[in-house]
Amino acid sequence: MTNWGLLLKIAKTHLITRIKQSSVAALGVTFGIATFVILISFMTGLNGMLDGLILNRTPHIHIYNDIKPSEDQPIDYFDELKNSFNVVNSIKPKQSQVRVHNAKALINFLEKDKRVKGVTPQVAAQVFYLAGSSQLNGRVNGINVLDEVTLFNFDNYIVKGSAEALAKNSEGILIGSGVAAKLSLDIGDKVQISNINGTIYNLKIVGIYQSGLADYDNIQSFANIKTVQRILGEGSNYISDINVKLHDLSLAPAMAKRLESEFDLTAIDIETANAQFETGTNIRNLITYAVSITLLLVAGFGIYNILNMLIYEKMNDIAILKATGFSGNDVKLIFMFQAMLIGLVGGVLGVGIGYGVSVIISHTPFETEALPTIDTFPVNFNGTYYVIGVAFALISTFFAGYLPAKKAQKIDPVDIIRGQ
Amino acid sequence: MKHVLQARNINKFFRDAEVFQALKDVSFNVDKGEFVSIMGKSGCGKSTLLYILSTMDTNYEGELVLNDKVLTGRSAQELAVVRNEHIGFIFQFHYLLPEFSVLENVMLPAKKFGLKSKQEIEHDAMEILRRLDVHEQALKVAAKISGGQKQRIAIARSLINNPTIIMGDEPTGNLDTKNSENVFSILKELSHENNLSLLVVTHDTDFAAKTDRIITMEDGKILSDGL
Ligand SMILES: Nc1ncnc2c1ncn2[C@@H]1O[C@H](COP(=O)(O)OP(=O)(O)OP(=O)(O)O)[C@@H](O)[C@H]1O
Ligand SMILES: [Mg+2]
Repeated sequence: MTNWGLLLKIAKTHLITRIKQSSVAALGVTFGIATFVILISFMTGLNGMLDGLILNRTPHIHIYNDIKPSEDQPIDYFDELKNSFNVVNSIKPKQSQVRVHNAKALINFLEKDKRVKGVTPQVAAQVFYLAGSSQLNGRVNGINVLDEVTLFNFDNYIVKGSAEALAKNSEGILIGSGVAAKLSLDIGDKVQISNINGTIYNLKIVGIYQSGLADYDNIQSFANIKTVQRILGEGSNYISDINVKLHDLSLAPAMAKRLESEFDLTAIDIETANAQFETGTNIRNLITYAVSITLLLVAGFGIYNILNMLIYEKMNDIAILKATGFSGNDVKLIFMFQAMLIGLVGGVLGVGIGYGVSVIISHTPFETEALPTIDTFPVNFNGTYYVIGVAFALISTFFAGYLPAKKAQKIDPVDIIRGQ
Repeated sequence: MKHVLQARNINKFFRDAEVFQALKDVSFNVDKGEFVSIMGKSGCGKSTLLYILSTMDTNYEGELVLNDKVLTGRSAQELAVVRNEHIGFIFQFHYLLPEFSVLENVMLPAKKFGLKSKQEIEHDAMEILRRLDVHEQALKVAAKISGGQKQRIAIARSLINNPTIIMGDEPTGNLDTKNSENVFSILKELSHENNLSLLVVTHDTDFAAKTDRIITMEDGKILSDGL
């Protein structure tokens, strides 16, 4: 029978009468855990922001008609040459349009699917921006702007003007911030757009768009679908891209594969498109855990040392306890409790300090050209990390305390009593 | 009269560089309420014997019986329980936990035993301290009281669980004459009034002479058992 309360009380008394050593040991843990919480909150905050930057805008499945040579050449259908080695030189893609065939039907089909949250069609057009004598290569995407806002947070990237202004104005355009800067244009100005055939259209700038990715902002503009269809000289059936947002992102790869095989299109899923982002996220997490575990290891050695010293000092106490009927296991528990108490106090203090510093960081101004929607450092206040922090503290002190406690368990009281 | 403690043919060997036999075929009994002293020259094996009898040393040959139960060969866990419940031990040096109060030191074995409530234990501990005339020290930290007081508190602690037998290894060896007589009279009183068995190692001839029975040892053997 183990009297936990009694053992805990003895452990507490030992710690309190050596408050200096105990505090130093606990502070080691505090430092490790606080660093962990701060690093992980900041890193995952950053990850979340960067992912959000991409994920908010990137469709889960992007459907378009890629122009590429067909996989099967006529000779492959010729049965007599089936078993021979055929070489075809200079394969060219066959003449076809970049439009998605039968887009309206496909959109209808997708909208009926329960896994799909929403579908937005787009029309992309290669254009030139003309302002005075300057001329700039670029691209205009025709969009259903209000759908883009609800599905892909499009409004997050409008730094001047508004999505509604575009929705209301069939002659309006939202130009990229890079385009605006290069052509010295601003909201309210007119911009001339020339299609590849040289026909010129006059559009009014109703807003400025900034994604944070300079390459993109230097060429990209947005207008209503109808406007772009007109620029291209195409009818309302002409759709070049279909963007799909799902309820569950993880279904994207499988769905994209099925769409490709069933409809003879190209369907890119978000995971394929953004594999490199995943890698960056993983490496940042890895660094965070490596640094924190290193700090905890150092703290653990501190605790190990202090407990070893304490046990050396407490030889007499151990002998008395054993002589008066405490078992080796009781004595071991007393010292394990001491280690874990240090871990608990240090850990709780650590997450407290970690939280405090995280709050300070989250209020620190952070303004950058590249990220128009962010004005303080991103910090992730996820409760899980605080639980992990305390668990970390307890686990590391458990291991640090185990060996010294095991030693105390094995001390032979006769050796101590005889040694006096 | 019933035997409380029986040592049967105890042999003890120290196997360091060479084998040394510290106890040779030691057999004797202690009866209920008996006050027995063990005497003998330094190095004859008195302490070694006492560590075996108190179950702290299990590395011996022979058999040890307490209250008709064989203790030899029991697990360390079981022996800890036996020590807690049945054996009080008083050391030559005043072994108290220095950071705990006098009262807590006395209460500790009873709390470990876990039979009584905290209030009962505290009440009992105060009673015993009063009997030993150290109740005024009860709330002081154990590190801050005198040697004679410490020894009386160690006796109080050994009594808290109403043990079957109390063993002492030169419990007065470190005290002046006055304190030593005081401790002796306390022990004597306990053995008579509470019918408690006592087994005490001593170098003090006057002390031994006043006990019920003297066992004399020499070179690890019992020379005479004053039966
Ligand atoms: N750990 C040990 N290893 C080897 N020999 C030991 C050990 N402990 C004790 N001895 C030997 O055993 C013998 C008995 O020692 P013990 O301590 O029992 O003597 P004692 O009768 O208590 O003496 P004293 O009156 O001085 O306390 C001694 O010769 C001692 O040298
Ligand atoms: Mg001795």
